[in-house]
Amino acid sequence: MSLAPDPTLTIFEAGSPGRRAFVAPGTGVDHVDGLLPERFRRAQGPRLPEVSEPELVRHYVRLSKRNFDLDSGFYPLGSCTMKHNPRLHERVAALPGHAKLHPLQNPARAQGALELMWNLERALGEVAGLPHVSLQPSAGSHGELAGVLLTKAYHADRGESHRTKVLTPDTAHGTNPATVTMAGMEVVKVATNADGGVDLDDLRAKAGDDTACLMLTNPNTLGIFDTNIEEIAAIVHRAGATLYYDGANLNAVMGESRPGDMGFDIVHFNLHKSFTQPHGGGGPGSGPIAVSDRIEPYLMHPRIVRRDGDGDAPARFELLDETNNGHSKSIGRLRGFHGNYGCFVRAYAYICSLGAEGLRDASEVAVLNANYLLARLRKLGVLEQMPLAFGDLCMHEFVLSGAPMKRDLQIKTLDLAKRLLDHGYHPPTVYFPLLVDEALLVEPTETETKETLDGFADAIAEILAEAADDPTIAQNAPYTTPVRRLDEAGAAKRPVIRQPL
Amino acid sequence: MSTYTSVTDQDLRAMLETIGVSSVQELFDRQIPASVRLGRPLELPAGMAEQDVYTHLRELAARNVSAEDEISFLGAGMYDHYVPAVIDMLMERSEFLTPYTPYQPEVSQGNLQVMFEYQTAISELTALPVSNASVYEGPSALASAGYLARLANGRPRFVASAGLHPHALETLRTYAAGFGAEVVEVPLRDGVTDPDAWAAAMSDDVGAIFLQQPNVLGAVEDVAALTAVKPEGSVAIAAYDPIPLGILVPPGECGVDVCVGEGQTLGNRLDFGGPSFGFFAATEEHLRRMPGRIAGETVDTDGRRGFVLTLQTREQHIRREKATSNICTAQALNALAGVVYLSWLGRQGIVELGELLLQRTHYARETLGAIDGVEPLHAQPVVREFALRLELGEHGTVEGVVDRCVAAGVNPGLPLERLGIDEPGLLVAITERRSRADIDRLAAVLADAVAAESSAGAAREVVGA
Repeated sequence: MSLAPDPTLTIFEAGSPGRRAFVAPGTGVDHVDGLLPERFRRAQGPRLPEVSEPELVRHYVRLSKRNFDLDSGFYPLGSCTMKHNPRLHERVAALPGHAKLHPLQNPARAQGALELMWNLERALGEVAGLPHVSLQPSAGSHGELAGVLLTKAYHADRGESHRTKVLTPDTAHGTNPATVTMAGMEVVKVATNADGGVDLDDLRAKAGDDTACLMLTNPNTLGIFDTNIEEIAAIVHRAGATLYYDGANLNAVMGESRPGDMGFDIVHFNLHKSFTQPHGGGGPGSGPIAVSDRIEPYLMHPRIVRRDGDGDAPARFELLDETNNGHSKSIGRLRGFHGNYGCFVRAYAYICSLGAEGLRDASEVAVLNANYLLARLRKLGVLEQMPLAFGDLCMHEFVLSGAPMKRDLQIKTLDLAKRLLDHGYHPPTVYFPLLVDEALLVEPTETETKETLDGFADAIAEILAEAADDPTIAQNAPYTTPVRRLDEAGAAKRPVIRQPL
Repeated sequence: MSTYTSVTDQDLRAMLETIGVSSVQELFDRQIPASVRLGRPLELPAGMAEQDVYTHLRELAARNVSAEDEISFLGAGMYDHYVPAVIDMLMERSEFLTPYTPYQPEVSQGNLQVMFEYQTAISELTALPVSNASVYEGPSALASAGYLARLANGRPRFVASAGLHPHALETLRTYAAGFGAEVVEVPLRDGVTDPDAWAAAMSDDVGAIFLQQPNVLGAVEDVAALTAVKPEGSVAIAAYDPIPLGILVPPGECGVDVCVGEGQTLGNRLDFGGPSFGFFAATEEHLRRMPGRIAGETVDTDGRRGFVLTLQTREQHIRREKATSNICTAQALNALAGVVYLSWLGRQGIVELGELLLQRTHYARETLGAIDGVEPLHAQPVVREFALRLELGEHGTVEGVVDRCVAAGVNPGLPLERLGIDEPGLLVAITERRSRADIDRLAAVLADAVAAESSAGAAREVVGA
């Protein structure tokens, strides 16, 4: 790993009193005293940094060199879909007509933006197989909150507010149960069967008059496509509940299979995963949702409406919200304005670049790459120490269990992950999903070459061989990173979360 | 069609042989039942080459009127502040743009330290001891603070000032409908939260109070007086515009328990409303109920200083249904822009910028308020934005005035009705990018527009009759 090892002061420790980068323009108006009553005036200004522009630039450039990033190396973080981020997207998102457009500009003077959003809604709806889309949610978890609140509104409108239970499999992302609680509903866990799918008997036993919804990821977090999906949908719908699709794993099935055709009522997309918004070190994201006809009346404000022009006149796009006859059954808003438009521009550029064929190709290669990497690991004998948790093939990601490795070689999945850092790789997701002991969740994505996958498989095999000789090497890894293992327990016990000044 | 994959025919043969299948389709056929396979191409346009996509996106951009294309006085939650060039450069760096959440701290020290610095800057700005690493944006930050209050005391009623941005109020209502709290709205009087109605709305079952500084009409609220009457055990939550905090008494000195706000003004582009970030700061008491990521300082096994994500037992990936929030996305890249902006502005700069806006805003309100048919909607102190009432006769409309101004190259601000406020008027925002000459230009254009609209509105009516 070749990251900058030098320790860095914080920006608050850099600089010197009196230094500055900003120079205020003159006010141009006659100064008036007493505009702000003394009781509203701040006595001592915030103690912000005092640095020159060159210091500022050097500080943050040096900090950046202490990060590993996708442009520098392989990042097979399961469930996160770390695919290549085309730079074209940054260029088009930065065009002033997009980047400097005020969200409250009169819609008549923002027609390009509204058309882009309308086109993106249609494209996402087609990928999901559901007709109505709201782009508003800010992230996958925000889309989930939208979905559960929509479900709640749907049941309430039908006089079925007693439906308060939301079923989630034990393989679900942690956001699913957390969302359910935030929406004032109750989580009921559903077991996983021997094939890694939903346990149908358990589902039948738990789906009933009080069930509001089943939240499902398919393929799930084990990388397994649940072949019983139609039966699952039938059970849930017979019980009168809705079926929610967590779109975190949509990258496996674009153009191959659609959640709407599987029977789902509500789908969220992670534009930062399947549609390659850069992850930005943990945000921004974007989590649009698509819904069926029966859920549509409750969708969030604002909605985009397309009006055909008379004769040869071009179509016009309008925004309907709470101030101009937005839908009376709408659950309202989940945030300000229209959503993360900058993310929409990038996702739309991606869809325009790939088209129908390219999206399907992306999913096909994602599945091909994951299966190839799995097969390489099998050939190298890695699976003897780290067996595949379920099945023999996988979709776009797979889960290995490091339990035998821990028992036989005395290294944990965490040790393997830390040792991978020394080999120049970002480790896969570790210790998730929770039901697999010592889990390692690997998602290579479609944009990696065969050579990269070969190199990564070899590195894992090498680490296991090394551990057979001397497990302490992995146990104490990493060695080549800017810092070594950090005291996380101490950080949580005595939190220092801001600089004392 | 563009492609970002790299499998050659030779690669494909080798990969399929290693897997032991005859085709890629076999991987799907063996795993997905035929009955739920799409079996046809998606109905989407064919893919395009990079240069053609660029042209298409440029054409769409050209059909928007941006803040670069007109002299714009639009605000109401997002503002056309200058974004320094260093921010563009830093945000484009691969090392900040393309990593994910810092799950592996040994190779994410840059990101984690940025979070720590950001938290420090927000804590200083708000004079509150703890800040998280950012949340989605402003209005949902306010609603998330409502959920924090719910966790803190479980009481069923919220009292909210009508001075909140309507998007924030509606977001709060949407969230509260989920976790089960009733939102009672207290009206404004003379441009600020009516102190009598506010005090009368308080009772022991109130879990949180919500206000905004400055409020949606640009007026400076007496936050200390409003929080002083909150019921014992309730949580005082305020949405602040961060820009005037160089000159306005900070929330931490006004009895605010949780301060949230829209971070766009701190070094982020308008982007038609996002992405930006929401900030979220609180008193020590609420640290373990905070949503979102928090970075903390620690040491490594060799005793070197380092940073990690901390207090994760609050979070959904550990606590699942018992988590304090479902949020797992900070707005790391946007918050980076925020802390770089605050460092660029610096200790003196933030005071100077606040003073500049105070002076120009006063000048603008005086100048525009002197126009025939235009008067300030209220006389409260304003620091960056203010509301005007327009007298347009029986038939003139505010939209008509806006259209006339826009035709002259000036966007005069937001019609109040678009904020759901039932007054014929405009909300006018000032940034350091709007010079005195711009304000004088607005005054000239607005005077003509109001005069023309008052008479033309009547004339239109006659013609229509």
